[in-house]
Amino acid sequence: MSLAIPDTGAQGRQIPDRLKSPLQRFLVSWELLLLVVAVAVFTLNSFASPYFLDPWNLSDATFNFTEKAMIAFAMGLLIISGEIDLSVASIIALSSTAMGFAVQMGADTPVLVMIGLGTGLLCGGFNGFLVTGLGLPSIVVTIGTMSLFRGISYIVLGDKAYTGYPSDFAFFGQGYVWWVISFEFVLFALLAIVFAVILHKTNFGRAVYVVGNNPVGALFSGIRVPRVKFALFLLTGLMSGVAAICLTSRLGATRPSIAFGWELEIVTMVVLGGVNILGGSGSIPGVVIAAFVMGMVTFGFGLLNVPGIVMSIFIGLLLIAVIALPRIAHRVLAKRKA
Amino acid sequence: MIRSLMKSRETILAGAILVLVLAIATRFPGFVAPSNLANVFNDTAPLIILALGQMVVILTRCIDLSVAANLALTGMVVAMLNMAMPGLPVPVILALAICLGALMGLANGLLVWKLDIPPIVVTLGTMTIYRGIIFVISGGEWINAHEMSDAFKAFPREVVLGLPVLSWIAIAVVIGFIVLVGRTPLGRAFFAVGGNPHAAVYTGINVGLTQCAAYVISGALAGLTGYLWVARYAVAYVDIAGGFELEVVAACVIGGISIAGGIGSVGGALLGALFLGIVKNALPVINISPFWQLAISGSAIIIAVAFNATSNRTKGRVILKKAEHAA
Repeated sequence: MSLAIPDTGAQGRQIPDRLKSPLQRFLVSWELLLLVVAVAVFTLNSFASPYFLDPWNLSDATFNFTEKAMIAFAMGLLIISGEIDLSVASIIALSSTAMGFAVQMGADTPVLVMIGLGTGLLCGGFNGFLVTGLGLPSIVVTIGTMSLFRGISYIVLGDKAYTGYPSDFAFFGQGYVWWVISFEFVLFALLAIVFAVILHKTNFGRAVYVVGNNPVGALFSGIRVPRVKFALFLLTGLMSGVAAICLTSRLGATRPSIAFGWELEIVTMVVLGGVNILGGSGSIPGVVIAAFVMGMVTFGFGLLNVPGIVMSIFIGLLLIAVIALPRIAHRVLAKRKA
Repeated sequence: MIRSLMKSRETILAGAILVLVLAIATRFPGFVAPSNLANVFNDTAPLIILALGQMVVILTRCIDLSVAANLALTGMVVAMLNMAMPGLPVPVILALAICLGALMGLANGLLVWKLDIPPIVVTLGTMTIYRGIIFVISGGEWINAHEMSDAFKAFPREVVLGLPVLSWIAIAVVIGFIVLVGRTPLGRAFFAVGGNPHAAVYTGINVGLTQCAAYVISGALAGLTGYLWVARYAVAYVDIAGGFELEVVAACVIGGISIAGGIGSVGGALLGALFLGIVKNALPVINISPFWQLAISGSAIIIAVAFNATSNRTKGRVILKKAEHAA
């Protein structure tokens, strides 16, 4: 994917005798920086628009990121393992189309959910098979499946749309659990916890880091690298299916252009969350805070009547800046030391 | 010699294209009429030009996803310029388009070279930024045919020696690339950098600079195509050539250019683009809805890359079978 000249070559990596305390590590962490940014954005927004602090408005704002963040969690794991999936938005489209098709056949809500999740899993499995089974580079494979999956939606739907979802299906995207707390937000929070546990507290999570840092080393230490990667592609597909259910339920209609361009925002969210795009490092709390930052920024701009496409300039700049700034800072610091 | 020719990627692809065209011709003889084939070529010309630019970028282990946005932004700028100053001669517009495109390519290249940011991230970012800028400068308005000067619109369509200028430009670019890639130190540097960056450094090649040069070339061609596109279709708006970058990458992958860098040929990129162009133009002829286009190019990418991987697998002693696979 890129020119990776490992900096661990001849000199070897410095490994400290003991780790710094968790508090010390937190104070110099990317997550803290993000948290500061999040608070700053929140404060700025509340000054910029008098409508921002209204609880219902804030609740609406969460819809800007919950669906994307669900996928971003799985994508984070995938990127940490050294792969990427650019087809997620197209999986949403295909999954939503499959559900819409089922509605025309008279399916009820439980069946729709199964179909949505099933389509996501199938798509993820297909990506996973191409990458791990045939050994193809994930970036090209998922650029291909990105066209293929959305292409199938276009073949099925053309310029038409599916509507007429059952009324209880609307709960996933429009329902509230308690007061202003939406079902989607609860799901987002639960998934954040689940993914944080998977990545940071289980053997599988450890394996994800190892695979991303050194696939050959991982193999020698007994990790089934292809299987880990396949599982991650499945997981990303599944989360795309979940997001498809929420989004379809929220919009109440399926068009082939649904969720167009989301892959970019999801990758941006993951990278903004401090996940190394080359694999090997990153954390779920980082992605969660990044989701809030992006959601708040988009919502704040929306309240100020900034058109969506101008926001996308900001997202593009953000994506480049969050990767460029640490590198520039690192370089400046290194120069000062020398 | 003949055996290696038989096995070569380009021969297989050329054969596939021939079979495809013949299959269409048996049902619809009109498709292979010279005038129609010339039309198909002219229609594919932008894809050919961009695919060649993309090829050198991919050769150096990078990727340029911002080409379509670059094209659209340059197209919008020259269209607005033409609206403001209808008297501006076409050569000046061409030069401006190429320079502007090259500048945007340079921005990509510098980010990759000086800051070492992964190419996919850089160009995903600049892709949205360039598209956004179109909206900002145009205010979301369209520029329509009647707002463009006649000379501006006529240039790519003018017929010279039986072919429109657009086709001739594509042919010139192909010839230019054959020389650039096959006969110049820069062309060899592209392969060296992609084949083995470490070895390239030791042979005195500046890896980052070479990658940056590839981006500038790709950007300049995108700029050139931007003007040609807008002039040919006589309309400029925010979303022109939306998603075209995928088609360009698809053409390269189908043409056998390895996404891992260092492998590829001008002929491959050309044939890959022609393949997609023929499919696109044949769909309406054989009465298939154009909505199939996206799925077909997606499948073509997957099949081509799978095919590449199996045919490029080098035979050698495998010490640890799965380790190679995992890496």
